[in-house]
Amino acid sequence: MNKINSYSTGLVAGLAVFFGLIVGAVIMLISGFNPVTGYVSLVQSALGSSLNIGEVLRAMTPLILTAAGFLVAQSAGFFNIGLSGQVWVGWIASTWFVLANQGMNPWILIPAAVIIGAAGGAVMGFIPGWLRAQFGASEVITTIMLNYIVLYGGNAVVQGLPQKLMATTDMTKTLSTTDSLRWDFLSNLTGGSRFNIGFIIAVVALFGIWFVMKRTTLGFEIQAVGLNPDAARYAGMSAKRNAIMAMTISGTLAGLAGATEGLGTYLNIFSQSSAPQVGYDGMAVALLASGSFIGILFAAFLFSVLSVGGLGMPLATGVPTELVSVVTAAIIFFIGANYLIRLILVKLDEDDSKSKRKKDKNKKTTKLNKKEAK
Amino acid sequence: MADEPIVLEMHNIVKQFGEFRANDDINLQVRRGQIHALLGENGAGKSTLMNQLSGLLQPTSGDILINGQKTIVDSPAKAAELGIGMVHQHFMLIDAFTVTENIVLGSEPVNGMNLNIKKATQDIKNLSEQYGLDVDPQALAGDISVGMQQRVEILKTLYRGADILIFDEPTAVLTPQEIDELMNIMRHLAAEGKSVILITHKLDEIKAVADQVTVIRRGKSIDSFPVAGVSSQELADIMVGRSVSLYDTAKTPANPKNTVVSLEHLTVKDSRGIAAVKDLSLDFKAGEVLGIAGIDGNGQSELISAITGLMPVTSGKVVLHGKNITNKKPRQITEAGVAHIPEDRHRFGLELDMTLAENIALQTYYKRPLSKMGVLDYNAINQHARDLIEKFDVRTVNELVTAGSLSGGNQQKAIIARELDRDADFVIAAQPTRGLDVGAIEYIHQQLINQRDADKAVMLVSFELDEILNVADRIAVISHGEITGIVNANETSKNELGLLMAGMSLDQARAQLAGE
Amino acid sequence: MSVETILQLVISSTLVYSAPLIFTALGGTFSERSGIVNVGLEGTMIMGAFAGVVFNLSFADQFGSATPWLGLIAGAVVGLVFSLIHAVATITLRADHIVSGTVMNLMAPALGVYIIKLMYGKGQTSMISENFGYWNVPGLSKIPFIGPVLFTKTSSTAWVAIAIAFVASWLLFKTRFGLRLRSVGENPQASDTLGLNVYALRYSGVLISGILGGIGGALFAQSIAGNFSASTIVGQGYMSMAAMIFGRWNPVGAMAAALFFGFSQSMAIVGAQLPVVNQIPAVYLQIAPYVFTVLILVIFFAKSKAPAADGVNYIKSV
Repeated sequence: MNKINSYSTGLVAGLAVFFGLIVGAVIMLISGFNPVTGYVSLVQSALGSSLNIGEVLRAMTPLILTAAGFLVAQSAGFFNIGLSGQVWVGWIASTWFVLANQGMNPWILIPAAVIIGAAGGAVMGFIPGWLRAQFGASEVITTIMLNYIVLYGGNAVVQGLPQKLMATTDMTKTLSTTDSLRWDFLSNLTGGSRFNIGFIIAVVALFGIWFVMKRTTLGFEIQAVGLNPDAARYAGMSAKRNAIMAMTISGTLAGLAGATEGLGTYLNIFSQSSAPQVGYDGMAVALLASGSFIGILFAAFLFSVLSVGGLGMPLATGVPTELVSVVTAAIIFFIGANYLIRLILVKLDEDDSKSKRKKDKNKKTTKLNKKEAK
Repeated sequence: MADEPIVLEMHNIVKQFGEFRANDDINLQVRRGQIHALLGENGAGKSTLMNQLSGLLQPTSGDILINGQKTIVDSPAKAAELGIGMVHQHFMLIDAFTVTENIVLGSEPVNGMNLNIKKATQDIKNLSEQYGLDVDPQALAGDISVGMQQRVEILKTLYRGADILIFDEPTAVLTPQEIDELMNIMRHLAAEGKSVILITHKLDEIKAVADQVTVIRRGKSIDSFPVAGVSSQELADIMVGRSVSLYDTAKTPANPKNTVVSLEHLTVKDSRGIAAVKDLSLDFKAGEVLGIAGIDGNGQSELISAITGLMPVTSGKVVLHGKNITNKKPRQITEAGVAHIPEDRHRFGLELDMTLAENIALQTYYKRPLSKMGVLDYNAINQHARDLIEKFDVRTVNELVTAGSLSGGNQQKAIIARELDRDADFVIAAQPTRGLDVGAIEYIHQQLINQRDADKAVMLVSFELDEILNVADRIAVISHGEITGIVNANETSKNELGLLMAGMSLDQARAQLAGE
Repeated sequence: MSVETILQLVISSTLVYSAPLIFTALGGTFSERSGIVNVGLEGTMIMGAFAGVVFNLSFADQFGSATPWLGLIAGAVVGLVFSLIHAVATITLRADHIVSGTVMNLMAPALGVYIIKLMYGKGQTSMISENFGYWNVPGLSKIPFIGPVLFTKTSSTAWVAIAIAFVASWLLFKTRFGLRLRSVGENPQASDTLGLNVYALRYSGVLISGILGGIGGALFAQSIAGNFSASTIVGQGYMSMAAMIFGRWNPVGAMAAALFFGFSQSMAIVGAQLPVVNQIPAVYLQIAPYVFTVLILVIFFAKSKAPAADGVNYIKSV
């Protein structure tokens, strides 16, 4: 009975990635490509040069932040699909602030802009949290709807910015690198990539949020509320307050991600046809990480390799970039359906023990017991 | 009776769940028209055995014979086809469906493609008249009384033509009077030629209604014999496997002192705005266990929720040591000196996915020494847990396993450890022994008595009269949110309590009992 | 503009924009009535749109004006197959319903565009040649005032959708299948003990949602978008889900809510031609349906009740 749940989440996640890649390989085979050359070209375009490695690290930045945000909301029992909209607000707020205050001392301007971006995301996280706590409105639906409201609203804001800030009707002027999160040292280190200070912010934030969630009374309460709101209330915690806190922290992290997009990666704002993809990708990263903060680093790295490498694939082999998103979706499918992977593992174990002699069997049971004890 | 044909035989039934053997070589023989009791403690394997008969589980090995024919019951549909029907302990009703829809679901009469609800209603009327099972076919299942829900469950099996009816702990939610009614229904069914299997751990029920009893202990069938001529004490001893003292926790007479908690004209409205507790006044004294007897759903949950701050008090006061704690936040009330062993330990008492240590810290994690300035000290939390595990004899590998992985008895011990360790002056225990085995029950009762002897005020809410009579010093009976009578435990009887539970006043009840 | 022309314009565009939402919301109703939360309606619509457009482009020459109708069938088939992912994940493999639905929404645009790129060498298709045009209801369009307003230059598919809503209502509430389907969404264990096949019933609920969602997508693509790209379906699936909730998981209610959303969506498009409405900045009209959805949730959610076992996996004990 317990055996099926005895396998480590790391092993299960690893196998989910493996099966996801197999799905991609099968699709490539069916559509007439050689999966080996396909994946080789993907890895080469992602890690083949220091420039591309820099781009992978750059791509990890918002994913780490949004994934951490997703995880905090998830700890409280919420499914924050609104990360995209929260990123978008953080992006607009922070970059607009810098555009409007050019000439201010960058040591004040940039930290202030980052904080404003985070605050923008916080507000966007607070709203669905409050609606949920106060009215019981499902955050799944309100965040989806807010994504669209923010998408169109944000586009209107961008298009309505003062003329002097705009490069075209849909795009602002570009920030100077001194008024941004770019740092020559990091750029030069990676062959002139867009790798920037945002990455450091992301890693520090990830560590900080790990500490909050695992070592403070606030994190303890958020988790208790998420796992069993009735028991949490019984123990004197406020389910409402913690729900709102968790969603606000989640939005804050997404807003930070938006600030790194605007101030670190793109250095401008341009209107979007759909809410920023990093929000959805961050969700995928968090799901793959299966609740582990360290796991977020690995998962963000993997998905960044996929997305950066995916851009190089069409040139080298003709495989459309979208294959990467199919693989990502397939990985999340196997994470969601991890019961399948666990069943396969149980089956493998049973076959294993059948074919081996008693002596080996004893060893394995003790190993299993150890796992269970964990 | 002995010449009636055997309708059901189960031979050498084994049911294995992973490493655990829930049924270990069980044998059972039921005759036509017989009321056959299946006696065993919680967790002995009775429900597992019956689930194999009703097609929800398949035996790992062993045979099932219906009317002498060896059969495989591999689905509930097959069970119904074979004439086996189960009245589940937790009713399997769809609240949003009508009584009729609930009964016919799965074998609905149709008229072309349309459901023929008219015919269904008529069929149900006929059945309910034949067997004396009064139900309202048009009512929603979620709106009818527990007793009627149970009759609906019985009708579900009869509608499918069941000849063997299995009742799984059917009396847990009924008043003594409703229990009598159910017994009559069972006798009626047996007289009509149906066979009844009664799963229970209550000895007086078996004495009252069963012809034959089969005893199951730790997954094994121990013995099977006619009920006539066996005493309750003998049944209890064979069920537990050692000599047990029936209803007798060792305790000295109570020595009540000052009032700790006063409830003054308390009214509490439930989530739908209906008054669940009405103008209720009670005093809890130090050094006394005050039992609250009543049927489930008569305002007990709302009363406790209101005292502990989980539900708002509409009017009236809760006073603890002269201090008004009405409508304070749960944490303020806890800190004022209230311990609460909640009714539903999975829903309220525990964070099942958190560690045992975190659960033991659930009420005190925010205070020194378990945390400082909002930062948790896990060394202190785990040490604190180890101390209490030792002190309260919680059986566990260590303090880092999840609370969900413990047995029910040990989960309850963990909650008791957490609540009693705080040295609160007022201890609320709601259904503290539900679903536990005899050993754990004895332990928990003793802990409550110890609290009393340490001059705490103890409030014991239970639906089990035996438990109340055994542990409480004084008993207040609640019915429809009102206290119908307060009696001393050693001066009352189950009959008297039953009449109070049904809503009679103490005078009425005594008059009726005197008249009988 | 005369009142009659204004009404005609508003009603016909409302119907055009509502029809895909009605189909998809009905699909969602079947899925959730069986206990499976379906956030993946968006993805299902995307695949339906993809199938409808590819079919239309490939076979317009052969089938002429029947093409868009056949395109709906193509959408239904692809939607059915695609929803199988959700059914397998949630029912057989016990996946979280929201995670699985999210997978569908991530998968659909990627898969659609991947195949489009292979087929046509570019990320979006050409415009289709055979659209759902306007239609005059025979007979009824002759009625004075009502005829021109309701039944002239109207959307035939919308009237089909409305009819299907009533059929769906009958199916759910008056037939044996409907009773059983609803029972597994309320209390699957009770259904199981009565010998019903919980898994099969839940599969049928999800697959019906796949068929209807696929039709909704194919309809949107062939009546409104006109081609397929990653941004053909932008939120219509989610809006359909909102319509289902607003309609309290009842087919007719979902249909009415979808009409309302269709109206508010069409305002963003035809509003420019209408007096008063054309004074409102476009962005307000664009976000209006989403704002309404949030408001409706906040105001009505406490009162509307989802099926009791919606989103809860049923694990049969072995």
